[in-house]
Order: sequence, then C-alpha cells, then structure tokens
Amino acid sequence: MFEKALQGNKSYWIWIFVLLAITGAGFLAYLRQFTYGLGITGMSRDVSWGFYIGQFTFLVGIAASGVMLVLPYYLHNYKKFGRLVILGEFLAISAVIMCILFIFVDLGQPRRVMNVMLYPTPNSVMFWDMVVLLGYLILNVIIGWTVLGAERKGTPPQGWVKPLIYLSIAWAPSIHTVTAFLYAGLPGRHFWLSAIMAARFLASAFASGPALLIILALIIRRVTRFDPGREAIQTLGKIVTYFMLTNVFFLGLEFFTAFYSGIPGHMHTFQYLYAGIDGHDKLVPLMRISSVLAVLAVALLIFPKIRANEKMLALASVAVFISLWIDKGFGLVVGGFIPNMFEKVVEYWPTGLEMLISLGVWAIGLLVLTALYKIAISVKEEVEL
Amino acid sequence: MYDGNKIIIGLVIFGLLIISPILYNTIGKASVPPEPDINTPEINKMIEKKCVEPKSFMRANHMQILNDWRDEVVRVGKTRTYVNGEGKEFNMSLQNTCMKCHSNKKNFCDKCHTYMAVKPYCWDCHIAPKEKTT
Amino acid sequence: MSMDRRQFLKIAGLTTIAGVGGPAVVAGMKERLLEASELVDVPGRSGALTAQRWGMVVDMSRFRTEADRQKVIDACHHIHNVPDFGNPKDEIKWIWPETYEHAFPGREDEYMPHALKEMPFLVLCNHCANPPCVRVCPTKATFKRKDGIVMMDMHRCIGCRFCMAACPFGARSFNWRDPRGKDAQGRPFIRKDNPEYPTRTIGVVEKCTFCTERLAKGLQPACAEASNGGLVFGDLEDENSNIRNKLRNHFTIRRKTELGTSPSVYYVIGGTEHV
Repeated sequence: MFEKALQGNKSYWIWIFVLLAITGAGFLAYLRQFTYGLGITGMSRDVSWGFYIGQFTFLVGIAASGVMLVLPYYLHNYKKFGRLVILGEFLAISAVIMCILFIFVDLGQPRRVMNVMLYPTPNSVMFWDMVVLLGYLILNVIIGWTVLGAERKGTPPQGWVKPLIYLSIAWAPSIHTVTAFLYAGLPGRHFWLSAIMAARFLASAFASGPALLIILALIIRRVTRFDPGREAIQTLGKIVTYFMLTNVFFLGLEFFTAFYSGIPGHMHTFQYLYAGIDGHDKLVPLMRISSVLAVLAVALLIFPKIRANEKMLALASVAVFISLWIDKGFGLVVGGFIPNMFEKVVEYWPTGLEMLISLGVWAIGLLVLTALYKIAISVKEEVEL
Repeated sequence: MYDGNKIIIGLVIFGLLIISPILYNTIGKASVPPEPDINTPEINKMIEKKCVEPKSFMRANHMQILNDWRDEVVRVGKTRTYVNGEGKEFNMSLQNTCMKCHSNKKNFCDKCHTYMAVKPYCWDCHIAPKEKTT
Repeated sequence: MSMDRRQFLKIAGLTTIAGVGGPAVVAGMKERLLEASELVDVPGRSGALTAQRWGMVVDMSRFRTEADRQKVIDACHHIHNVPDFGNPKDEIKWIWPETYEHAFPGREDEYMPHALKEMPFLVLCNHCANPPCVRVCPTKATFKRKDGIVMMDMHRCIGCRFCMAACPFGARSFNWRDPRGKDAQGRPFIRKDNPEYPTRTIGVVEKCTFCTERLAKGLQPACAEASNGGLVFGDLEDENSNIRNKLRNHFTIRRKTELGTSPSVYYVIGGTEHV
C-alpha cells in the first residue's frame, strides 16, 4: 500500500517538499545543538525542562486520543466512526513518533539513549513511559495497517486483530497516565504534585485530540474526494465539548485547592502563570490567551445549535487546540519549575534554534501523517469509487 | 530471467565493491599495524617493565579491565584497590595509575585506536597526561 | 527443495533477527556476569574511610565571613574541575551559599533577626536517605551507595534531567555546554584543572559526591578539610562519631524535612555554643 503515498498531484508534492525543507532546517539546527550542547536552548539550571518536554507531553495526549474513535467503533459498534477510525489510529502513530523525537532532542547524551533498555529501571517512571509509548506505537501500526489492508481487499480484518484492538483501547489511557506520573510524583514540585494530574491530562487529551481530528477531517473533505461524514464530525464535536468542560472543571479544582487552602507553595506557580510574580510575567500573555480561547471554545461548543454549524465547530476546535497546546505544551511543564527550589523566580523562554528544532520535529510528524493519510484515503477512494 | 545480462553485470559490480577492501589489502601493500610505544621516563625507570597484568592480556583485554575498574570505582568500590594475578595492589584509576606510567597518550593509546578506527570516549572527561616521550 | 516467496521471506527474516539479535543477547549475558562480580566488595585494605551512613553538619557559627565560605567552595570546585561559565544560565555548582529564606523556604518568620534571614548558608547535595533523584533515574546513572552517598555515574547518564526535576534541593547541575571550552576572551571555563580528577562532558548531570575519591584514600571531603571545623563529616549511624556528638549537643535543622527525603546534611545556626 506504500505506493499510494508516492502518487499525488502537484499540490501534494509541494506540501511534501515544504515539510521536507522544514525538516532539513530543523535537522541543521539540531546538528548545532548536538555539537554545542543543550545550552543553545533557553533552558537553565532552574528551568531544566522546556519547550521540548512540553511538546512531548502535549503530543502524548494527541496520541492517546485516538481511543476516542476506536472505543465507540469497536466496543459500542458505533458505525458512523467507521470512516474516521483509521484516521485516529494513524494520527496516534504520527503523534507517538513526534513524542519519541521530542524526548530524543531533549537528551544531553543522545548517543546513550539505549542505556534505558540496557539498564532497565522499573522504579523510574521514564522507563515505563518508554515501554508504553513503544507498545502503543507498535499496536497502532499493526492494527491500522492490517485493518486498512483488509478493507482494501474487501474482507473483514483477520481475527487476531480484535484482541489487539481491545488491548489498544486499554493501552491508550495508560500512556497518558504514565506521562502524568512523570510529574505527579515529585516531592517539592507543588504545582505538579496533584492527584488529579493524570485525570487532567486525559481530559485535556480527549478534548485536544478530537479537536485536531475535526480540523483534519474538514481539511480532508476539502482537498480529497473522501468525506469522513457529517455525523461523525458532529459526534466528535460532542466528545470535545464534554472533555473540554471536564478539563476546565479540573483546572478549577486545582485553583480551588491552591487558593482556598492558601498554602504559598501551591499558589505560587498559578500566580506566576496567570499574574506574574514581582514583575516576572513572561508567560502571562500566553496563559491569558489560553484562558480566553478556552472560554470562547466552551461558549461555542456548549450550545448544540452553534456546534451544529460546521464553521463554528471548526472555530471552536481551533480554539480548543491552541488553548490546550499553550496550557499543556508550555505552561504546565515550564510552570512546574517556577519558582525554583529556592523560591526564586528564574524565567524561561525558548530560543530561535530551539523553536526551529521543534518545528523540524513537527514537520516530521506531519510528513508521517500526510503519507499515512494519503494511503488511507487512497484506499478508501479506491474501495468506494 | 528478464534483463539477465544487466542483472549479472550488476551483481558482479556489487560483488567487486563488497570485496574491494580485501582486494586492496592483498593486491596492494597491507598496512603495518602500529606498535604501541612504551618509551616514557616513568616506564624507562622501572627495573622490571610490567603493567598491572601481563602484556598479552592487557593488549587483548585492556578495555575490559578499564570497564571493570570504572564500574568498581564509580558504582561499588570503597577502597578502589585492584589486586592482580601476582597479588600486587593497584589504585584503580585511569588518570592516576594507567596514565602515570603511560604518559604518552598520543603514541600509546591514540596510535592503535586511530589505526583501528575506534574512538573511546574516555578523554571526553578524563584529563590526558602531559605528553612525555624520551 | 522448493520454496515460495512467502517462505523465503519468513526464513530470511528469522535469520536476520537471529543474526542481529543473537550477539546482543550474548553481550547482555556477559554484561550481567560482570555486574554480579562487581558486587563483591573489596574489604578495607588501604585505610579507606567507611561508614554506615555518611552525613555532614554545617556549623554556621564558623562561617562568619565571605572568605570562610569561599575557601570551602573553592576547595571543592577546584579539585573537582567544576567549570565557571560566568552566567547563571549555564551555571554548575556543587556547594554554594543561599540565604536562610532561600535555603529553608517556608521556614522564615516575620520578625526574625535580619542577620539570620540574610545569613548565607552553605548548601550542597543532601545525600538523602530516600532520594527522589535515584527513584526517577531511568538508567541507574544516579544511585545510592551502601554508605548512603548518592552517587553519579557520568559514564551512564543520558542527560534526561529527570533527576533535576525530582531533586527538591536544586542540588543538581547540567552541562549545558562543553565544560572544557573557553569563553569569548579565550579563558577556559575550568581555570586551572586538577589532573587527578576527571572533568565532565556535554549533556550530563553532576553534583556533590561527598568526595568518594578522597574517602577511598582515607581523606575527609575537601570542603570539610578546608572548613576549619565548620563542616563536620562523619558516620550518622555510629553513636560515638564526632558528627553524632555534634548532633547531640546542638539544635540542628535540615532542609525541607516535610518531603520525607531525609537529608543527611544538618545545620547548626550560629551563636549557640552550649556544648
């Protein structure tokens, strides 16, 4: 089926080459980082994780959200998702690949990455994160490819795929739970030390992932002859609505605990992120944009009549995606380090090279996604037309 | 077989490329493996020129010994003492034992490592001695 | 023997896996044999200092001037080849001063003496009995030795910096750039290197090791030696040790004990000499 990714019209190839060019630029920037060290980033002794790990965290959510299509389709026999489910699985593949790359570019000694397998350490959450991410990647590759191959031949998928599908449904929440545990078990990082961290992660994942799928489905409908189905998109809209509300609710819970208890350590990061501390307010504009977009998205999504309008749904989805991208891909990780362990405020802002490397990783992810979607849609067009 | 001739020609070229290093060494002059140089003031002073273990063993297993020493020193050792086959004791230290005698890293370590195209990362952190050769 | 394409691919695939994976398995087994053998402890032979659990008391009454503190810091940073990048972003430090309110956040009182609030306490790795950095490390590059020292294996560290996120004491530094490099004026970051000790390389985490290399030779940690009695180093599990004597006779505090990591570094706040 790979050959389908190599047959496309002019705009397809222009898109591919644009992505390749960005990947190349990102790679050159990475070479600079490789020789100079991670000092080319904005990270420091005090904020020792930054944009890379933020992106990783956000993308684990996108990967996990594939289950929002797989579960209704396979467990509840919700046929309307039949045309979308492969798109969810392939999005998960691309997202996991980006996750792995973001971890990789964040390593100080990338050549030693295999030490994680050479000296397996079950007490480290990072070890388990590697296990669940690789497992999820493999599951999705096998399932997506087999099911699509069967569809092409017009036969039902092989019997052995079913158990794997059920396994992947259970597996999806695990990847994001384990990722939340990276943060939620560290003494002294009050902002992260929250029992609802994993729940918050899952809620934001199941809002931002389906929001991205809505945007992708609408783009696909426009640029190909394949229509994912109006009703399927509307159901996704409902999923985004409920999980976005849950996410905002969870964030409210965090605010309540911090500010009603009045414990300084629990309030500090929230103060830094949303108001600034002693004039240190680099992240405040971003966090405010995130909040405004969240309110806007909820206002648009909550009324079924507005949501039914696809233009409004698209707008709301973009708002959800950007809002959560800022919140989780930036504020959550960076905020955990501010103030630092000495209760001093040392700020962080990514550098140009850091952004370029990140852009390169996104471009690789989009390349993988484009190729996989091209294959999936070509097969669907071939079967249907 | 379609295009049989082309395939066979291709295979022959491929085969030649694969064995080219061997051909180069048999037809051309085989390069002489370098001999590590032990001509340093410290070694010349020794009455009996002996490393921590016999020369042949060191030649074959120095990397293994260094790895063992490394793990022992960093991860376990309280005393960092190595006892060799003859019962002699040594401080397990690359900088403070090995290189104290072999104070000619260029002619001792690098010579062979360059020849073998291996790049051990020892010297990324460990400080090489001031080059001494008599 | 006839073989269709499918069978051929199956056999070829399996052969490849065996070819690629076989040596890896053998190498892995060899590795494990070595790990088992290294667990054998060489009994104390060369007069090394040993303990059940090493600890330190920082007696602030002995650190009255900046020179008192700087002497200790320089002793450590020089013998361990700690680079000075001259900017806080790349900064690497093993032992350094923090004022009371920063060393003990949440413990400052409104009307406490100004001098105490501003007093620079020497802080370093606490060598916690229950170290979160060790818990999170994905490669066991940082680990706790039997004598309580939290050690770093620079050969194994992959530079993921999970330990830096986990340490509640900000004790860990990362090599954001090459410590062996030079600044714009051509001055090396390590002003004068100590040829007896290694430097570090790009992309690994480092911190205080309680001078394991000196303990092995029977010497006190460099900071303690240079401290003129301001840093008391000894075995916390030994009732008769000098450190236990110090702890018996002074009121001491530790940093962030509420987190349950159980630091091994104690502080005597100056001025209370009631031995």
